[in-house]
Amino acid sequence: MAYGHGKSGERSGGGGRGRGGDRAGGGQRRSLFRRRKVCKFCVDKIDVIDYKDVKLIGPFVPERGKILPRRISGTCAMHQRKLQTAIKRARQIALLPYTTD
Amino acid sequence: MSTRLYELAYIVSPDATEQQVTDLHDQVAGIVSRMEGEIQKTDNWGRRKLAYEIARHKEGVYVFEVISGSGELMKEIDRRLKVTELIVRHMVVRIDEEQKVAERMLARRQAEAQQRRLRRGLPADAPDEVRRPRDDDDENPDQESEE
Repeated sequence: MAYGHGKSGERSGGGGRGRGGDRAGGGQRRSLFRRRKVCKFCVDKIDVIDYKDVKLIGPFVPERGKILPRRISGTCAMHQRKLQTAIKRARQIALLPYTTD
Repeated sequence: MSTRLYELAYIVSPDATEQQVTDLHDQVAGIVSRMEGEIQKTDNWGRRKLAYEIARHKEGVYVFEVISGSGELMKEIDRRLKVTELIVRHMVVRIDEEQKVAERMLARRQAEAQQRRLRRGLPADAPDEVRRPRDDDDENPDQESEE
């Protein structure tokens, strides 16, 4: 089975989300290559997270409708707090779902 | 009386005609002007799908207004919208404090950028948001002193 070395696996996971954990698959080598997560809002210098901006908030609300935890998204504490209020406001006026089933 | 900045969001029933939507806006504007407030911005998104059903409606007309005024004014608007049948949902949010914090953070970031630039021996002012071409920066080197 030609599963390549750890690096190629790392690169393919380009979709914002952090990796599940270092235990998953392959040897301990992998944990060395774990990508460092950074806060999207700090990088983009967003001070106000507007509840109307569904495009911005959307990626932090996965399918189920729950708020993506910090440990997965890598958002800093301050921005996670702001994000939380923004998501909750957006839910109130039906821009985002409370739940989906 | 203290003046504060609020954002009002409301969803009008999809059955409403355009005339009714503007009427509602005028009604809000009437209350605002009567109670010495001011509408600073109105944003009509038009018809949009709701994320979940509200009173069997699957879509609605979204309208947002930024209003400066007193708490009593917003209370009155809130009360009026609550009894208006055409309005499916509404929400009032205070936004002046967030704005203040954002301004402060922007100012701090710019000050920090300035410090960094000074440390590297570049002229102080060049906001990081708008990058100017090089030769602009070279006009008056090391004239500003630190602090």
